Amino acid sequence: MPTISVDKYKLYEALGRKFTTAEFEDLCFEFGIELDEDTEDEERPIVNGEQEPPQLKIEIPANRYDMLCFEGIALNLNIFLGRTKPPNYRVVEPKDGILQTITVSPETSKVRPYVSGAILRNIKFTKDRYESFIALQDKLHQNLARQRTLVSIGTHDLDTIKGPFTYEALPPQDFKFVPLNQTQELTGETLMTFYENDRHLGRYLHIIRDAPVYPLILDSNRVICSLPPIINGDHSKITLNTTNVFIEITATDITKLDIVTDMMVTMFSEYCAEPFTVEPVKIISDHNNQTRVTPHLRPRVTHAEVDYLNSCTGLNESRESLCKLLAKMAYVARPSDKDPNLLEVAIPPTRADVLHQADIMEDVAVCYGFNRLPRSSPNNSATVAAPLPINKLSDIVRIEAAMAGWSEVMPLTLCSYDENFGWLNRKDDGKTVVKLANPKTLEYQVVRTSLLPGLIKTIRENKSHSLPIKIFEAADVVFKDEKSERRARNERHFAAAWCGKSSGFEVVHGLLDRLMLMLRTNFVAGSDGVKPDGYWIEELNEDTFFHGHAAAVYLRLGGKEQRIGEFGILHPTVLEKFDLRFPVSTLEINLEVFL
Amino acid sequence: MAPASADPAGDLALQVLQALANTDQILSTEAFPSVPFETLKASLDRLSSRSMVVYEQIERQEAILEAEAEEIVQHGSHEARVFEAVHKALGGLSISDLETAIGDKIVTKVGQGKAFREKWIKKDDNKLVALVDSIEDVTRSQLRFIKETKSHDSKIIADLKKRKLITTAKVISFKISKGPKFALEIVKEETDLTADMLASGAWKTANFKPYNFKALGGHQVSGALHPLNKMRHEFRQIFFETGFTEMPTNQYIETGFWNFDALFVPQQHPARDLQDTFYISDPKTAGRPGPVSADDKQNYDEYFENVKQVHENGKYGSIGYRYPWAEEESLRLVLRTHTTSVSAAMLHKLAAKKGPDGRVPPVRYFSIDRVFRNEAVDATHLCEFHQVEGVIADYGLTLGGLMEFFETFFAKMGLTDLKFKPAFNPYTEPSMELFSYHKGLKKLVEIGNSGMFRPEMLEAMGLPKDLRVYGFGLSLERPTMIKYAISNIRELLGHQVDLNFIERNAAVRLDKD
Repeated sequence: MPTISVDKYKLYEALGRKFTTAEFEDLCFEFGIELDEDTEDEERPIVNGEQEPPQLKIEIPANRYDMLCFEGIALNLNIFLGRTKPPNYRVVEPKDGILQTITVSPETSKVRPYVSGAILRNIKFTKDRYESFIALQDKLHQNLARQRTLVSIGTHDLDTIKGPFTYEALPPQDFKFVPLNQTQELTGETLMTFYENDRHLGRYLHIIRDAPVYPLILDSNRVICSLPPIINGDHSKITLNTTNVFIEITATDITKLDIVTDMMVTMFSEYCAEPFTVEPVKIISDHNNQTRVTPHLRPRVTHAEVDYLNSCTGLNESRESLCKLLAKMAYVARPSDKDPNLLEVAIPPTRADVLHQADIMEDVAVCYGFNRLPRSSPNNSATVAAPLPINKLSDIVRIEAAMAGWSEVMPLTLCSYDENFGWLNRKDDGKTVVKLANPKTLEYQVVRTSLLPGLIKTIRENKSHSLPIKIFEAADVVFKDEKSERRARNERHFAAAWCGKSSGFEVVHGLLDRLMLMLRTNFVAGSDGVKPDGYWIEELNEDTFFHGHAAAVYLRLGGKEQRIGEFGILHPTVLEKFDLRFPVSTLEINLEVFL
Repeated sequence: MAPASADPAGDLALQVLQALANTDQILSTEAFPSVPFETLKASLDRLSSRSMVVYEQIERQEAILEAEAEEIVQHGSHEARVFEAVHKALGGLSISDLETAIGDKIVTKVGQGKAFREKWIKKDDNKLVALVDSIEDVTRSQLRFIKETKSHDSKIIADLKKRKLITTAKVISFKISKGPKFALEIVKEETDLTADMLASGAWKTANFKPYNFKALGGHQVSGALHPLNKMRHEFRQIFFETGFTEMPTNQYIETGFWNFDALFVPQQHPARDLQDTFYISDPKTAGRPGPVSADDKQNYDEYFENVKQVHENGKYGSIGYRYPWAEEESLRLVLRTHTTSVSAAMLHKLAAKKGPDGRVPPVRYFSIDRVFRNEAVDATHLCEFHQVEGVIADYGLTLGGLMEFFETFFAKMGLTDLKFKPAFNPYTEPSMELFSYHKGLKKLVEIGNSGMFRPEMLEAMGLPKDLRVYGFGLSLERPTMIKYAISNIRELLGHQVDLNFIERNAAVRLDKD
């Protein structure tokens, strides 16, 4: 969720009254935003000899792109409070009827195919407005535009450049320009090196770096306005004195391009000589059927069912009163002439988050007040509860182990590759373990196939605990399973570890016997021809364990025989790898076989 | 009755009893002046535990003379000795004669200076002559007094200590008197009732040592359950009490499809970033969703296509996200970021079920299981944690009904006066966060997230339009950390846990506070 900082007293001024922090918090709560912090009583930074005025830091839901700046927050709250009517955003062509154009070259489809444009005429910037204008671009770049990969915005002083404009894509060595706030001319190639270590811009270079051609916005004199999505040219940069702003937006995603365009112009058209008007730009892009005029700013008109709105919210409001409620969220709604169950709802261009009448229904609930909604029974039908069988089984085993004097631990599921294999003297056959593609540390390379690493590490971290240490875990390990849709499956295991001055071999053996007794599984020794159901153990030669002091556990159930686990004294080389100084014996069995 | 053992301490105890035979009270300084107090105390404790004596400990400071002070007591202070020598010599003494007369260079030097300052002597030509007839040697008499009594006025003690003439030491002694069970012999006391005593009848006459009611009992060698699982148990009980069936969440590896696409989370959503989600490199890619068993007759291809369409072009009354939806992205394997992936699969299965009235039956599902996020680890974030999840599907559900459900659910944990805040979540609409007033923190704290699943998600599964589904999620770690006052999540989940903590943590009992 993005957090937006706004000047506290300027916001209160825009809302027409003062609030106590608690009052403002309540307003936020009701609206569905969150007051994160009020810096009034905190130490605030001093910039150029002036202390920063108190800020409100407000958390905005991730889908409310229309509230990522001061202007949007003030506007939406004012509409919600009934102080303002939703603005009527208008596209106004220039008096001579000749639109600025951006002609798109087909080459751009190789790198960044879409563009839109808009012009804010006779805008009046102040320091606050200017900073907010820059900050909104930044927030949109970070959030909706996914770090500029999907969309990026360039803003220019229109009076420094001259249309018609072109959107082209040129090989990086074939152009050069002076980037914003620089003095030297750079080619596409040298620019990549120049900004490589730049803290701010470095992270965007990868978006186009390896492309055969780089996207460029040029004016009619071949002045490079910008190299999206990296940087604008210095030539056309906007300042506090700029009055005509040319906005060009490029994208790889056309839907998000339209949303970003609408946000940029709706938020700042307020400051134009004629508020809430925008001059459109014609995009000529025949090769991909994207020739159009942007932005259009027409509200999207849809229908909402009255019975749906009422029944989901538990309300019983008339069509008229639903329309009145919706006005608080900037909708223009009216009862339909054609169907008594329908409302005709005009969704303003600012509300890109509205996809379905469910979104309108939620806004009815917000406008009515979540905490005032009528309460009703949470369901109309009786249901019968049941535990998941494997959880019920492992709970039985957990409780029996605890009653036998063992303490439960819950180590992590993820571990390092070595902990899962090499350190246990086990080999990776390539068919067992699920590997992670993008772990941040070596601790999380694989999903464990055994509970042992976690138990052993827990012992290692408890060196100050008195001996013996007796711990267990009943939890899932994961194995590759090429036949299943998810290519992997969980398996519930039980494992225990003893650490003491002596090995504890018989102790873990005894725990196995105890659990088997509790699971109604008999000990069946030796092969005397008769093969009753039950479990038995056989000496095991595996390098995880000290030779001669390890056993495999076998189970015969309904005549079917299988190895279900093993126990033994950990091999001294295993102890050494995990940095343990005392002997450890472990037991690990598969519980799923007892289901 | 055998007398107590013949060890020296035993002898001493007997001596104490003997000493008290004909008197009510003795002072150890008088009766046992040379026995070290620790030794004596051991014997007294033994006797007093049997109520044979009572004693009182007396602590006082004693002053002890240093070697120099002993000399002063014997010969007088340096200045007095200088005066005496000068006074004795008629017509005065030269400095070298004085030294010969006293026979000690240091005494002469120090004493001379002081005698001058006291105006006892003066220098006349090259001779020292007495100014007064007699003097009072205060230091000597003070030290003499201390030698006899081992104490003096505190100011004097402090002064002499400063002059390094004496040191002080704490001396402990005892005032001992007869106890209620005073006797001249120590009778053996039994500490416990034994089977032998029952057999022999000895319990009738035996003396039992009094039990120490101020100490803790014996250490219990016991097993213990992990506090997180104890909290899980409490939640499970509440779910069972309210009719929820547990979901099969034993599937950590998920596909992008079930973890995100099925939940109407768009493919460019930040949650799908490498920064937030663990992707799987081996196995490489998932299979398309399909039947799990032979009796699974659902049309998964149709469902897959529905999901694609609702994202790409919109469907079911939704305009969708309008972006090119990629099957490859859907078939990437991830470590599930929430258990809602399992809820989605369960709801999809539900669409094929029929209740007695021929409609999809209402259900309540829950799970408490592990989820994974590719987070930077710190005191409140681990890359693994547990999600508590609940799902209620029924006809005609309202938002107020969900609130009513939470009131019942959380009242079982002692949480009342809930507040509901509108929120955003890609797969629920409406979405709401739950808050409860925390008495300790004196503010509203978020306790969970909830909502009604979006029609785009449910209708794509084939669920009827009028079946509404609540979904909610809580954390298991957070309430556990609050309950046990843990500030670092690594002390709770993972191998860095302190086993002593696991062994000693109390029951959860959510309804109690």
